Amino acid sequence: MTTGTSGDVLLRATDVVKHFPVRSGSIFRRAVGAVHAVDGVSLEVRQGETLGLVGETGCGKSTLARCITRLYDLTSGTVEFDGADISKLGASAMRPYRREMQMIFQDPYGSLNPRRRVGSIIGDPFAIHGIASGQDRRRRVQEAMELVGLNPEHYNRFPAEFSGGQRQRIGIARALALRPKLVICDEPVSALDVSIQAQVINLLSDLQKELNLTYIFIAHDLSVVRHVSDRVAVMYLGKVAEIGPSEDIYQKGRHPYTQALLSAVPVPDPRKMEGRARIVLAGDVPSPLNPPTGCRFHPRCPKARDTCVSEDPPLIPRLGDPPIHAAACHFPVEVGEDISLSTPQISESERVIEGGLIGNA
Amino acid sequence: MALLEVEDLRVSFATPDGQLDAVRGLSFTVESGKTLGIVGESGSGKSVSTQAIMGLVRGARISGSALFDGNDLLTMDSEALRKIRGAEIGMIFQDPLSSLHPYYRVGWQIIEMIRAHDSSIAKDTARTRAVELLRLVGIPQAENRVDDFPHQFSGGMRQRAMIAMAMALNPKLLIADEPTTALDVTVQAQVLEVMKRLQEEFGTAIIMITHDLGVIAEVADDVVVMYAGAVMEEGARDTIFYDAHHPYAEGLLLSLPGYGTRERLVPIAGQPPSLISLPEGCPFRPRCPYAFDRCTETPPLLDVGDKDDHGSACWLPADRKARAGMRHQPATKRPVAKRAAKK
Ligand SMILES: Nc1ncnc2c1ncn2[C@@H]1O[C@H](COP(=O)(O)OP(=O)(O)OP(=O)(O)O)[C@@H](O)[C@H]1O
Ligand SMILES: Nc1ncnc2c1ncn2[C@@H]1O[C@H](COP(=O)(O)OP(=O)(O)O)[C@@H](O)[C@H]1O
Ligand code: SF4
Ligand code: SF4
Ligand SMILES: [Mg+2]
Ligand SMILES: [Mg+2]
Repeated sequence: MTTGTSGDVLLRATDVVKHFPVRSGSIFRRAVGAVHAVDGVSLEVRQGETLGLVGETGCGKSTLARCITRLYDLTSGTVEFDGADISKLGASAMRPYRREMQMIFQDPYGSLNPRRRVGSIIGDPFAIHGIASGQDRRRRVQEAMELVGLNPEHYNRFPAEFSGGQRQRIGIARALALRPKLVICDEPVSALDVSIQAQVINLLSDLQKELNLTYIFIAHDLSVVRHVSDRVAVMYLGKVAEIGPSEDIYQKGRHPYTQALLSAVPVPDPRKMEGRARIVLAGDVPSPLNPPTGCRFHPRCPKARDTCVSEDPPLIPRLGDPPIHAAACHFPVEVGEDISLSTPQISESERVIEGGLIGNA
Repeated sequence: MALLEVEDLRVSFATPDGQLDAVRGLSFTVESGKTLGIVGESGSGKSVSTQAIMGLVRGARISGSALFDGNDLLTMDSEALRKIRGAEIGMIFQDPLSSLHPYYRVGWQIIEMIRAHDSSIAKDTARTRAVELLRLVGIPQAENRVDDFPHQFSGGMRQRAMIAMAMALNPKLLIADEPTTALDVTVQAQVLEVMKRLQEEFGTAIIMITHDLGVIAEVADDVVVMYAGAVMEEGARDTIFYDAHHPYAEGLLLSLPGYGTRERLVPIAGQPPSLISLPEGCPFRPRCPYAFDRCTETPPLLDVGDKDDHGSACWLPADRKARAGMRHQPATKRPVAKRAAKK
């Protein structure tokens, strides 16, 4: 098995920054600061692969996705799609690219207009891009419905007549109707029960194979991400902390945050769970309004030292890892090292301390 | 005697579409100091059943019994039940804002909670206790944060404040309904850690309601698997994880992504039934890969083999091999073809 890096680069993000200005309450509404939602992200996605995107809530996953698809203008940086720089294109110049990049969202309830028939919802991309009409459009919509396992005869039904899993299929059918190249799945199965989740994950992987799709897969559930991804990027406070082939990230994560995040996942296998060392991080993610200096993870990191407070570690291969596996950490984790035994070597004022739950538990 | 013994609990609602039977003959027991995990898909009746026991369901027909320390919570007068709620049984919900009042300081709410049950406790004693509780659940600088409003707390801190409040009167039983579902795994780990520590320190029994089998694996001593308002299987944690009998329990476990494998998942076909018009016989029948003629008759919770602490509401034989032979499609996972296709 390859790690999905054999294909051509379909998408390249370089130093993508997205700041949201925060304005004062006064009538002049001066910008008083900015939420650093995405703060310098560079990554590549290759044709046919699945790149998983993980990280705690608010770390910038959805914002990055919206920058890539240009639903947001970038504050700075560039996005290249299929070799063309699309970062500064206006709405009409973006149009042909919009067809090629589609999104699937988390909420199968909220993202579908309840008063519209399913056939017309799935037909949206055709309408937007002025492709196919009348019977022709209907036929193509029904094809899309069949593709995702919906009964084409349900063309005239309303979303409320479908279950959660079926509604997610409607979202998938809509996203795939125009046969895009890149599909960004933002928490596509989070709102579904496990038994239904498995149906939708299988569907997504069948479709990927059938249509040669490229996925960016955002999810909270790290075992789902591991299951579907060739490579995984771990984000923390608007930056990529670590990126690499899925199994490398899960088995020899170099970044302490990667390790902490993965060790926090409860495994549905009690025997496996027992001997496991868990790294319980102190506190919550700091505010993206005012990210910590140096390495952003230093206030919560069990391995932090003074260098971490002053210097931002670059995202590069560490400890002799291959170029495809990079981590942004000055003191990367060695294979076999148990960081739950580490104690931060920085002054207390630089740390988050919460009820004794620092570093280990 | 167990701390809580629920027997044949039934809860139904009158809806415009007809009678909805949310809980249909549910029985389970909780032992002192132990954690019972209740797992099931959304709509399986997890919340309604525990809320019914606590007298928190309005406009429903409720029957059965729920003996807490020998007294039936379902027939108790509302004043007596109110006393038990909070003092003897604490509750934590998925959304902390539903039980923390947004307009009052967190500490004040804990103090009021303590004094409502024992007005002889002086205000500053109660305040000291509130600070102590907040410290216990890991709120930093508890003596300052005690005067914060709920919105000044992060999601994880609110959830912990709610645990502090639920634990304020040192209850014998803590009912936690999806307490970590809305949280990041990192924060979830903190919250579960706090609950474990409290249980060790105070011997509190816990009912942990969740749809996450990982959480169950981590905290439960015993497990009840619910489907369509009834128990499908019950047993010790390891029995459920390694020796499940019921096809639904087996299906849930099979549908999870394997740890580190990328094999194709084995989902449960179809979707949960409507609670207004349930299928005849076994409620899992329309989705069950083992269903046979007998299944049109509703199976009671039967002992599996000769084990009286392992029950399954299914007609299949206890013997694994015999059972496996009755499956319509094989349960083996096959590799995802895409991976094979790529060099
Ligand atoms: N339109 C906006 N205006 C201001 N701030 C925003 C806006 N959208 C997002 N943010 C902030 O940017 C940060 C990143 O948000 P984003 O939605 O990308 O997170 P996420 O990683 O997708 O989180 P989740 O896992 O909860 O979906 C957060 O701090 C969020 O509050
Ligand atoms: N007040 C109500 N009126 C009508 N139906 C209800 C009411 N509360 C819950 N239900 C229904 O009862 C069933 C069980 O709900 P619940 O216990 O909340 O499920 P869960 O297992 O997800 O906690 C669901 O079908 C739900 O829609
Ligand atoms: S750079 Fe320092 S603070 Fe950041 S993750 Fe590495 S060790 Fe921790
Ligand atoms: S009783 Fe029959 S239908 Fe129900 S779970 Fe058992 S085999 Fe399946
Ligand atoms: Mg998001
Ligand atoms: Mg519920």
